[in-house]
Amino acid sequence: MDQQAPIVIVGAGQAGMQIAESLRQEGFSGTLTLCGEEPHPPYQRPPLSKKWLIEGGTTASLAVRGPAVMERLRIDLKLNSRVRAIDRSRRQVELADGSRLPYERLALATGSLPRTLPIPGASLPGVLALRGIADSRAIGEAIRRCVAEARPLVVVGGGFIGLEVAAAARKLGAEVTVLEGLPRLMSRVTAPVVSDSFARLHRSHGVQLMFGAQVAEIVGYEGHVAAVRTRDGQEYLAGCVVVGIGVDPDDLLARSAGLLCERGIVVDDCARTSDPMIAAAGDCTARRLGDGELVRLESVQNAIEQGRSAAAALMGRERPFIAAPWFWSDQFEVKLQMVGLSRGYDQVVTRGDLEKPAYSAFYFRAGRLLAVDSLNRIPDHMQAKKLLDNGLSPTPEQAADPQFELPSLLKGRAATAGGA
Amino acid sequence: MPRITYLEPDGRAVTLELKRGQTLMRAAMDAGLEGIEALCGGNCNCATCHCYVQPEWLDKLQPPSDDELVMLTNVAAERRPNSRLSCQLVAEDALDGLTVQFPDRQS
Repeated sequence: MDQQAPIVIVGAGQAGMQIAESLRQEGFSGTLTLCGEEPHPPYQRPPLSKKWLIEGGTTASLAVRGPAVMERLRIDLKLNSRVRAIDRSRRQVELADGSRLPYERLALATGSLPRTLPIPGASLPGVLALRGIADSRAIGEAIRRCVAEARPLVVVGGGFIGLEVAAAARKLGAEVTVLEGLPRLMSRVTAPVVSDSFARLHRSHGVQLMFGAQVAEIVGYEGHVAAVRTRDGQEYLAGCVVVGIGVDPDDLLARSAGLLCERGIVVDDCARTSDPMIAAAGDCTARRLGDGELVRLESVQNAIEQGRSAAAALMGRERPFIAAPWFWSDQFEVKLQMVGLSRGYDQVVTRGDLEKPAYSAFYFRAGRLLAVDSLNRIPDHMQAKKLLDNGLSPTPEQAADPQFELPSLLKGRAATAGGA
Repeated sequence: MPRITYLEPDGRAVTLELKRGQTLMRAAMDAGLEGIEALCGGNCNCATCHCYVQPEWLDKLQPPSDDELVMLTNVAAERRPNSRLSCQLVAEDALDGLTVQFPDRQS
């Protein structure tokens, strides 16, 4: 493989930037082009629904790396540059302006797109979703307008994004209602005990939570959103609506180019796609696990780890991403940290104080640890990460026993395991 | 404009001029230093911006918060008495001349 031949990276988010940086660390010295659709250099998205949404700030404060790094690493950063097609036979990508870039190897880090509500009124002004800097700014402004006009904010969806936006809006003084279609919060990823803690938390801060609320229509008045109507006929007045009902992988380019896609661009542990000249990383991917199951992760860790794997793959090396997945969310005074994947669990035990809350929920399948959600219990989270990364499991009884020292399971392993 | 010197894991020294109020993590990321990961972007949530502070400077720093102390118990490299998370260290004039060292690994 010609180590100098040009590499193009499509998507200048956290994953795209990581691929670029890791390629240089892996010794790639050829032309490296990073194409991003947005006007901003690669930036960190997590603050957009948290601190940055509340406090605002410069885009520079969100940057993954400063401008000097692009120059030093000779990364040709093309902003406002949407790639509209991949021509695999000629090995070229075509930009929205019709120009073409040749590549020898290609990386896709196209991210994900917020799902939209398939109901009347969903595109009315004042109906917003969160993905990028512009969205966060628009939501921040809309929340402040709601406060100024004493009109409520309605959040559709009781998942991470919806709840973080709800918490931020309460801090800014808005009246907030969250409409969740299912009977509890964050039901896709957490056990009922954790959902209940967050419901209590949000209610104690004055957020109105409505469960089983199937949104049927967004009602406009004079060309702007005015209310949300649910299937049971209820109407919720709204100065603004934030829709947080999940994201879909942005795999359109890859699918059009004939790459294997299934709920995302299918990659292996080493971030390789079905085309040996193309790697992919981040939200746009679906990773095939050893047991054949596909996992989609939407997280910073996934962007970074797969980004490193993708860079290695493009250099002809194998660098599998095998660490336990981890995520976090900040809502009011609760720091939620999650490690592992709890799908398929058959037992949950808790450790710590449920009332405060300061506890962890340990998920087991057939007595084996799958995942741990920690609420204001940072040590549990870090210890669980080490246990999962080392394939170790406490028994459910040990996990539930506050006197039992989880790190004792790691003793004797530390020397060989190489830590987190 | 406090000047902070960062020692990369391979021993290279890089001196940066920080803005007052900027975190040591932010400046290191902007400069593309290699010994830092800062995965969570400065939320005290990942312990991947770990650094060792020159011991004689320790008492000039704001003491670590409870969150930082807890995160420090689980850094990937060796934790030492002078371990800090650089996302929690804010540049001020009194820190002009400070040197911090990045450990050999962050995760």
